[in-house]
Amino acid sequence: MIEIAVRKALIGSNGPMKLNVSLEIAEKSFVTLAGESGSGKTTLLRILAGLEKAEGTITVSGKKWLAGPRSLPTQKREIGFVFQDYALFDNMTILNNLLFVNKEKALADHLLDLTQLSEMKNRYPGTLSGGQKQRVALCRALMNRPKILLMDEPLSALDPAMRSKLQHDILKLHREFGTTTLMISHDPSEIYHLADRVILLDHGEIQNDGAPKEVLLHVKGSQKFSLTGELLEIIQADVIHIAIIAIGQQIVEVVLDEAESRLFKAGDTIEVSTKAFAPTISKAKDKVQR
Amino acid sequence: MDWSTLDFGPFLLSFKLAGVTTAILFIIALPISWWLSQTKTRYKPVIEAVVSLPIVLPPSVLGFYVLFALSQNSPVGAFFEDHFGIKLVFNFTGLVVASCFYSFPFMVQPLQSGFENLNRHMIEASYVAGKSKLNTLLNVALPNIKPALLSGLIITFAHTVGEFGVVLMVGGSIPGETKVASVAIYEMVEVMDYRSAHLYSAMMLLISFSVLLGVYLFNRQHKRHLGWRDD
Repeated sequence: MIEIAVRKALIGSNGPMKLNVSLEIAEKSFVTLAGESGSGKTTLLRILAGLEKAEGTITVSGKKWLAGPRSLPTQKREIGFVFQDYALFDNMTILNNLLFVNKEKALADHLLDLTQLSEMKNRYPGTLSGGQKQRVALCRALMNRPKILLMDEPLSALDPAMRSKLQHDILKLHREFGTTTLMISHDPSEIYHLADRVILLDHGEIQNDGAPKEVLLHVKGSQKFSLTGELLEIIQADVIHIAIIAIGQQIVEVVLDEAESRLFKAGDTIEVSTKAFAPTISKAKDKVQR
Repeated sequence: MDWSTLDFGPFLLSFKLAGVTTAILFIIALPISWWLSQTKTRYKPVIEAVVSLPIVLPPSVLGFYVLFALSQNSPVGAFFEDHFGIKLVFNFTGLVVASCFYSFPFMVQPLQSGFENLNRHMIEASYVAGKSKLNTLLNVALPNIKPALLSGLIITFAHTVGEFGVVLMVGGSIPGETKVASVAIYEMVEVMDYRSAHLYSAMMLLISFSVLLGVYLFNRQHKRHLGWRDD
C-alpha cells in the first residue's frame, strides 16, 4: 500500500495555490491523474519521486519516503520516471541509456525486444522519432525494476495511431513488471484503456476519485449522453441555424432555432446532450390487416 | 629568412603557462560551475559577480592586487615563503597563480551556461536511476555539454596565451621564467626589432586562428554525430 498525505504551496498558472492531497493507492494498480493544467498533477508526481520538496508523509509498503523534514533521496526510492520530454541521455546509445541505469544486459535486450527497438539499439537518441524515444524512455524507467512507475503525460506528444500502440506497450509492461503505475493523462480513451482508477485534481485538491467509467462519464440527471466540445461556427440555412461543433477528433452538426443561435458564439465551450430519444411511430402491419 | 636566430623560448613558455593554467582551472571550475548551475541560493548573483570580476577589471589592477597579495610582505606570500619555501611573485609559479585568477571566469562561464542549458529532466532521470550527483556530473552532465566544455578549455587556454598586463605586473620579464610571447613582442617593438615582432605576431595570429577554427569545426561535427539538425 502506498499512503500519501502531502501539502505544498505552489505558484500555479492562476496565481498562488495550495496542493493538499491525501490518498491511498493499492500496490500493482494503475492510476491516472487527470485535471486541468496547473492543477498540481506534475508537482504531485515529482513529490512522489523526491524531485520536489513537500510537507507531510509518504509511506510505501511500510517504508517512510517522506516524514516531516526527513525525505528519502530520489536515488533510494526505487522508482521509474517517464518525463513528458523523454529526457534521454543524448550522449549514450539507446542500449547504453538502459545499461546506465542497470548493467543487466539480458533485461535491456528483453525490454528492447518487447518494444521492437532491438534494431536501433546502437543509435543515438537524436536520430529517433518521438514514438521511438518515448519507448526508450519507458524501457529505461523499467530498467531498475521500479516499485512505482511514474509517467508525466508520456503519450501527449504523439499522434493517435502511435498512442494506441504505446498504450498497449505500457499495459503489457505494467503487468509484466508488476509495478504500481501512476500516469498523468488528459485523454479519456487512454485513461479508459489503461487505468483501474482515476484521480481528478482541481486547484491542488482531489475533486473526484473512482473507476474511469464513473469519473469520465459526464452525465447529469436524466441525460442519456453528454459530450463537451468547442463551437466552431453557426451557419444560417433558411429558417434554421446549424452549429458546427468539434468534439474530440470529430466534427458534428447540431440544429439550433433562432433564439438558441443567439445564446452561443464561435469559440464557446459547450455541452451537447440529449435527455430522451424521440419515439418513432410506424404502422403495425399485422394489426391493420386484422 | 634566418630562423635560427629566432628564440622560441617565449612561445613555449606561453603555451606551458596556458596549459598548466587550463588544467588547474578545469579542476577548480568544474565543481564551482556545476554548483552555480544547480544552486537556488539567493547569494548566487553575488558569487557570480565575484567570479566575473576579472573580465571587467583592467589587467593592471588585477595584477597589482595579485602582486600585493602574493608578495613576501603580505600574509599569504609570507606563509608560502615560510612554510613551503615558495616565492609567489616574479617566477613561473606566480604567473600560474595570477593567470588562474585572470582566466577564472573564462572557464566557469561556458561550463555554467552549458550546465544551465542542459535539460533538467536529463539530470533528474539520472537521479531517479539511483545515480549519485558525482556520477551524474561525470557521466551525464559533462558529456552532454561537450561543446561548452571545449569552449571553456580553449578560451581559457587562448586567453592565458594572450594575457599581457597581469603577466608583466606579477612576472616581470625574466627570460625562460616569466618572459612569455606577448611580453617578448612588446620588448621587440620597444627596441625597434620590427622583423622579429612581425614574425612573432604573425605566428600568434596563425596559431590563434587555427585553434578557434578547430573548436568550431568540432562543435559542428559533434552536433551531427548526435543527430541534431544543423541550423
